[in-house]
Amino acid sequence: MKQNLIGALCALAVMGGAFAQAPKKPSAKPVAKAAAAPAAEVKDAATLEFEKFRAEMEDSNPAELFEAKGQEQWNSRRGPKNVSLAESCALGQGVGKVEGAYVKMPRYFADADAVMDAERRIVWCMVEKQGFKFDDIASKPFANETFTPDITNLVTYVAGHSRNMKIAVPLNDPKVRDAYEVGKEIAAYRAGPYDFSCNTCHGADGKRIRMQNLPNLSTPKGAMSGVQGWPGYRMTGGVMLTHQWRMGDCFRQQRFPQPKYASDAVAYLLTYMIGNANGQVYKGPGIKR
Amino acid sequence: MNTTRRTVLKGATASGALAALIGAGALRPTHVLAAEWNKAAFEAKDTAGALKGIGAGTPVESKDLILKVPDIAENGAVVPVDVISNIPKTTSIAILVEKNPQPLCSEFDFANGAMAEVSARIKMGQTSLVKAVAKADGKFYVAQKEVKVTVGGCGG
Amino acid sequence: MADPMKIRAQMKGDVTEIRVLMGHAMETGQRKDAAGATVPAHFIQSMSVDVGGKRVVDGQIGTSVSRNPVFGFKMKGAKVGDKVVVSWVDNKGDKRSDEAVVA
Repeated sequence: MKQNLIGALCALAVMGGAFAQAPKKPSAKPVAKAAAAPAAEVKDAATLEFEKFRAEMEDSNPAELFEAKGQEQWNSRRGPKNVSLAESCALGQGVGKVEGAYVKMPRYFADADAVMDAERRIVWCMVEKQGFKFDDIASKPFANETFTPDITNLVTYVAGHSRNMKIAVPLNDPKVRDAYEVGKEIAAYRAGPYDFSCNTCHGADGKRIRMQNLPNLSTPKGAMSGVQGWPGYRMTGGVMLTHQWRMGDCFRQQRFPQPKYASDAVAYLLTYMIGNANGQVYKGPGIKR
Repeated sequence: MNTTRRTVLKGATASGALAALIGAGALRPTHVLAAEWNKAAFEAKDTAGALKGIGAGTPVESKDLILKVPDIAENGAVVPVDVISNIPKTTSIAILVEKNPQPLCSEFDFANGAMAEVSARIKMGQTSLVKAVAKADGKFYVAQKEVKVTVGGCGG
Repeated sequence: MADPMKIRAQMKGDVTEIRVLMGHAMETGQRKDAAGATVPAHFIQSMSVDVGGKRVVDGQIGTSVSRNPVFGFKMKGAKVGDKVVVSWVDNKGDKRSDEAVVA
């Protein structure tokens, strides 16, 4: 476990070097003032209005379009090995079984000897079972305004089959517990040009950025609001994005190097976050600002 | 659907622009999707032009025309709009955003049991008045409300 | 080819609620891509809803309808089992028609 931690943090540090060679915008201002709100539970008018707006959006969510596409792709024979995921991919509930799988990940998979979140697991299946090349998937892992990767559709499909189910990350599994502990360390790890950690914004109650309230990921409710709605249809740009993407974006906003796609670091961070949300009800693919 | 009704609707707009459209063959006597897209109205750069384009001129405010929009939109790329017309004999509803580069968003004609209501999601470039315009028994009515568009924080 | 729509048509008392999700970029023609080039306008211009073989809604839409459009309509006089057909055509002539059944 100690080795895992060191490994994961080293991975970040190494990418820090790579990042330093290609800074994005050196003049970028810090994103978060992270000012304390007067009281965590008091909601202002704007927040209430946003919630109403979200509820209306959730009623008819374009995420359904991606879920439908993912279903078709899950059931189709694809890849160099011409195998479907439905007949080859086990997400912890048996081969091809998607019902309730999303809320029970991350989990440890003996065949891969790794703790994997849903997206990482499906990528593993695409590589191992269908014969796709990992580097091809990892070269364009997330959607943009003109392109949605298959993996995003597939994750959305799988997540859709955990609607209204309770989050149940198997934290009693020692391997998962280890991953959780490393994830917790990653969340607290301060570095980068602003000396931020995940916890700078998401480690205490009552913080916000501009108009957005920031959840405290160390509490079950707070962690759930970081889990709820992913994968999500992002209104900005109208793109479908996954929880993996969201983790990477948090690192980007901290001006950190972004962790490698489908890596240990992301799986462990997700284990910490989703594990903290155990017992909360997941509502399925959501809609995001 | 009944092409006559739409033809009548268009007929009410018998302006020079429309005459030009007819001349160019953009409006055909038979109903063909897309062929009759109201270019003049949709490409109008201001609200007055868009209203003129749909034949509405200066619509009258009506309390029986209900426009539901958020006071503050979290994201201008997707603003939910619901319009319900309780005005008898409503046959069409249009949605406009005053400060958009092209204010006219959409126009719907109802027939064969359709109720005079629609929900849609629209883009708003900035804080602006949103207008719903209903056509009922040959007259045009309007309801309007301001929607503030904010800039948010990070990824949600 | 364009992606299939998602159509939901449900009876609520004597009212049929029809909800349509369309997969479409709805490009305004004013957006610039990462390289600074203007992305050409590409948007649905016309759409229609037919229920039980009759045209119920005939719509024209412009560039300020959101990407991946969502529309909701209501009607009276339809019944469970009636066929709902939704069609659209965009400014490039691409089109799509999908069906559902009133539930």
